[in-house]
Parts: sequence; structure tokens; C-alpha cells
Amino acid sequence: MSDARPILYLDGVSVSFDGFRAIDNLSLVLEKGEMRAIIGPNGAGKTTMMDIITGKTKPDEGEVFFDGDIDLTRHDEADIAMLGIGRKFQKPTVFESHTVEDNLLLALKGKRSAVKALFDRRSPRQAERLGHILETIRLSARRHDLAAGLSHGQKQWLEIGMLLAQDPKLLLVDEPVAGMTDAETGETARLLKEIAQTHSVIVVEHDMQFVRELGVKVTCLHEGSVLSEGTLDFVSADQRVVEVYLGR
Amino acid sequence: MMIVRALADGFTWRVAAAVLVLVAAAIVVPVLNLSVPAGSALHVPTYAVTLFGKYLTYALLALALDLVWGYCGILSLGHGAFFALGGYAMGMYLMRQIGSRGVYGNPILPDFMVFLNWKQLPWFWYGFDHFWVAAIMVLAVPGLLAFVFGWFAFRSRVTGVYLSIITQAMTYALLLAFFRNDMGFGGNNGLTDFKDIIGFDIQSDETRAALFAASALTLALGVVLVAFFVKSKYGKLMIAVRDAESRTRFLGWRPENVKLFAFTASAVMAGIAGALYVPQVGIINPSEFAPANSIEVVIWTAVGGRATVVGPIIGALVVNWGKSWFTGAFPEFWLFALGGLFILVTLFLPKGIVGTLVEGWTARRARRASATAEKDVEPESFGKDEELRAEAAE
Ligand SMILES: Nc1ncnc2c1ncn2[C@@H]1O[C@H](COP(=O)(O)OP(=O)(O)OP(=O)(O)O)[C@@H](O)[C@H]1O
Ligand SMILES: [Mg+2]
Repeated sequence: MSDARPILYLDGVSVSFDGFRAIDNLSLVLEKGEMRAIIGPNGAGKTTMMDIITGKTKPDEGEVFFDGDIDLTRHDEADIAMLGIGRKFQKPTVFESHTVEDNLLLALKGKRSAVKALFDRRSPRQAERLGHILETIRLSARRHDLAAGLSHGQKQWLEIGMLLAQDPKLLLVDEPVAGMTDAETGETARLLKEIAQTHSVIVVEHDMQFVRELGVKVTCLHEGSVLSEGTLDFVSADQRVVEVYLGR
Repeated sequence: MMIVRALADGFTWRVAAAVLVLVAAAIVVPVLNLSVPAGSALHVPTYAVTLFGKYLTYALLALALDLVWGYCGILSLGHGAFFALGGYAMGMYLMRQIGSRGVYGNPILPDFMVFLNWKQLPWFWYGFDHFWVAAIMVLAVPGLLAFVFGWFAFRSRVTGVYLSIITQAMTYALLLAFFRNDMGFGGNNGLTDFKDIIGFDIQSDETRAALFAASALTLALGVVLVAFFVKSKYGKLMIAVRDAESRTRFLGWRPENVKLFAFTASAVMAGIAGALYVPQVGIINPSEFAPANSIEVVIWTAVGGRATVVGPIIGALVVNWGKSWFTGAFPEFWLFALGGLFILVTLFLPKGIVGTLVEGWTARRARRASATAEKDVEPESFGKDEELRAEAAE
């Protein structure tokens, strides 16, 4: 049965920038429907790993498979997005001169033909879906405002909303709660847990309180490879992890 | 029905006003020229009709550039090339219309070919004695060049300054090529001495008025088309690509296709502008490919306001009207004035004339709206309205 195959499979992946090994023999397996938290000090390679999965960076070595047997190293960013991998960037990246609603509209799942978009009208179902997402990310009141005017936290949420609109199989969420208040952080954890009920998710975060709230398996990266993996309690008790974090 | 709806959606009052003014001009100006006696204060002289007809084709060119630069972020410094190619296609038709009335009286060969001792019409001149063939070429040649050029440039992810430079190189290469006599386009002198167009005397007042009207109506059509583009989901996509190209890839879009479509459509528009320009000025020669021409188009657009539909038209009209006045009064200083204008606009009116006006107007309206909202009105009601409209559209 295809369900037994992992949604994401990285094996022996390495990539260097000008001789500096940012990812070094990294292996990681994510099961279907799993949510995984990734931690690690600055420069550990967390974002670079997402770059590799989404086709932004080509690995020098190693295998990257999605949904069983799709070799991601053979596809580009747009292909990979259409295969069902969505991404929220570390620095929230939304279309600033578009309204909140239009940001979601551009992300909404569907055909990606530029020419067809010329005649594309919003269907009632799409309008309903947009309204639903806007409610989920608490931006209904701001739907007609330009994204540029949102607070940092709201931009983070808008980008999560864009992920929801894309409805990918696998979500890569890079530092979703940076710049959020404690209350917002709690909300975000709740939202991600809800999303994780129907999707596979990788969350990168430095905020340990947040990671604890997620309550999922944790992988700690260091210098481009996996240092430790297990429950948060197990990982944070791991002597090597403690050294890496204290040694900074 | 869907198309009508889509068109109607794209109409802001500015767009509607521009279309109305252009259609009115297409009717009123010819009437004032042809039916009002020359002595009357209301009479529009033919030279003015032709001059403004020419400006309208420039405005169409600026509008075409705005589509790619203003909305899609592609700073093309080669749009003059598409304009010139459309112009040459029209010029070839007009050349063949001369027939045996040329200096050498050759019924088939244009004068310059006889002069070069050519015995046969080159293959690429075949069919240009038919207006419809020429009309297709006016669209196809610039469109095809833009498609092929864009295909390679956008696919290899050439952007920003590098793209601008290669568009300049493109128009420069064409300039050099068209200068050559053996290219078969009249070399240095280009194509000129036209006699008539679809059977009408090209010099007559009636024809000139008709060409003016055609230019105004075509521009109106261009405005409608660009407004439709911009308002559609594709228009939002263009802006998304302009502002955050790589982000669109991670949503599954292919920015290279978004750009290629805009670039090709824009080149076709520029070609049509060139085709309307040539019969009004009576000549097309390689100087139309000069890199400086393409840069001037950028200045018109910037002055009027990029990423607005009406801005480039106002910019083209104002700057060219200024140019006509200036080159009459102080011919040596025009280039300095143009450069100075560009610097001033960049520094003090980065959104151009129309962009600045729109911004001021929107800000005032927003202030007023928030003032009333504080009193009683529910701010959400606008959004509800739009949703209902979206649903009704299906
Ligand atoms: N395109 C690139 N060119 C050169 N070096 C890069 C590039 N991308 C990443 N790096 C380097 O690779 C290393 C890993 O960076 P990465 O952004 O993946 O770290 P991170 O784990 O996401 O850190 P942070 O927690 O600060 O976001 C860093 O030293 C970074 O400077
Ligand atoms: Mg990072």
C-alpha cells in the first residue's frame, strides 16, 4: 500500500556554498501525516534543507524523494509546488502591493496557467474557501487592506493562510512565530496542530515553548546534519544538544 | 456574457473617462478639421490633426511599455524596435501601393530596389501588396520576435538591469541591420514617398483625419484591453511577479510564462502603434530603431505614471507636446530638458503625474471614509458587496 511510504525521504544529502558544507550528509524521513519540529542553532542548515526540498537549491549529493518515488532533485520550484509542497518563508514573504484577499487568491489551489488566469473568475466555492481561510487566520476584517500594512505577526499568518489556500500535501513552515506575542504564539501552535491532522508538516522554530506546545517528534540539526532525534524531552536532555546550544 | 462582465469589472472611472475622451476626439477632431471652414476659430488645421495623430500612436506605444514595465517589472529598453517593425510592415505595404508611380516607374519593384539594380522582388516582400497580409505582419513580426526573445531571456532567468541591456542590444542590432542596403528595406533612407493607403490619397485631409480617428480608436481599444488585463487574475499575477518573482514559483506559478505573455502582447501593441505612425509621418527609416527612442518611451511612461492605465498616455502626450514646443523655441536644449525632466520626476514624482494624483485622491477618500466610519457606518459592508458581485458574475 502506498500509504506506508514516507511523504519525505532525504538520504545522504550534502550541499556546499563556496566550499562551506551547509548541509552535510543529512538524512531524514517524514511519515505521511506526521508533524515534525526541527530545531538547531543559527546556521545549522534548517532553511537550506527547505531550499533543497523546494527546488531552490540543488544538492551536490544525496537523494530527496517525495511521496514515495518522486525524485525532487529533478524538478524545479514551480513543479515541486504543484506536486504538493508548500512553504512559508523565514522572513514572511507576501505580495505587499496586493490586498490580503488577493494574496490568498493567488495561492488558491488550481490550474497555474498564466493565459487562463486572464479569464479566471472567482467561483462561489472559491469565495467561500477564501472567506473560511480569512476567518481561520483572523484577517477577515482586513481582507481588502494591502498586505504591506499588516503587522509582522499578521504577515506570518497571512503566509500560513496562503499555505492553507494551496492545500499542499506537505507544509514546510520556517519560524512561524518569530515576532509574535505569547498569545499569538499559542494560537499559531493550535492552528498548526489543526492543520497537521490532515497534512504532513515540518516546522522549524527556535521558540522551545512553542515546540513543546506542538508536542511532536523533534529533530535537532547541527552543522548540516542530524544531531539528535526524539521527543523534546529526550532531545533537550541529549548531552550533545546541550553542548551545541551552550557552546554558542 | 463572461467577457462583458470581465470588461466591465476592469473599468475604473479613469479608464472610462479616457475611453470616452478618445472616442469623442475620434469624432470631433475630424469634424472640426473637415467641416468647419478654415477661417473659423474652431477649425483644426490638418497639420495639427496629423501631429496629434502621431502623438496618439506614441501614447499607444507608452501604454504597451507600461504593461510590461509598470505592471510586470520588465524594464524593456527595446520597445522602439517593436514599434519600428510594425512601422516597416506598414511601410512595405505603402511602398507596394505606389506601383508604377515611382520615379523609375517599375510596377513591382520599389524605387530603391531598381536603384540597387535588383531584378526581382525579395521573397519577404511577397504579399505586401495586400493590406491584409501587411496587417497580419504588423502583428506577427513584433509578436514573434518578442516571443522568441522572451522565451530565451525569461527562461534563463535574465532579469533587472541585464534584461534591460539585452533589449537595448536587440534594438541596436536591428538598427545596424536595417541600415544595410542588402537587407532589402531601403537601407539608410528607409521607406517613403507613399502615395495612397487602401486606395485613398495618403496626403488628403480626409485620409489624415481618418488616420487620426483610427489612432484614437485603437488607443481606446488598447486602454480597454490593458484595463482588462490588469483587473484580471492575470493582472494580479503580473504585479506579484513584479514585486516578488521567486515567491510566485513556490506557489506553483511560472513567472517566465507570465512575463512572456505580457511581453508578447505588449510587442504586438507596439507594432500596431508603429503601423499607425508610419502613414501619418510618411516615412519609416532605421533611425526608429535608435536605442535613444526606446529610452524616451520609458521617460514618457515614468512622467505620466507607471502602473496606471491612463498615466503613460498623459505622459506621452505631455512630453511630446513639450518636445514640439521646445524644439521650436530652443532646439539645442531639448535633450537636456528631457533628461532634467526625467530626473525631476524620478526624484519628486516617483509615481508620475497620474500615480501621484491617484494616490492623493485615494488618501483623501480614505480619510473621509474613516471619518464617517467612526460615526456610524460599518466598514465591512463594502467587502460584502463585492462578494455578492463576484457570485453574481458566475
Ligand atoms: N545561498 C547561500 N550561499 C552561501 N551560503 C549560504 C547560502 N545559504 C545558506 N548559506 C549558509 O549556510 C549555512 C546554513 O544556513 P541556513 O540559513 O540554512 O541556517 P538556519 O539553520 O536556517 O539558521 P537560522 O536559524 O539562523 O535561520 C549558513 O552558514 C549560511 O550562511
Ligand atoms: Mg533559517
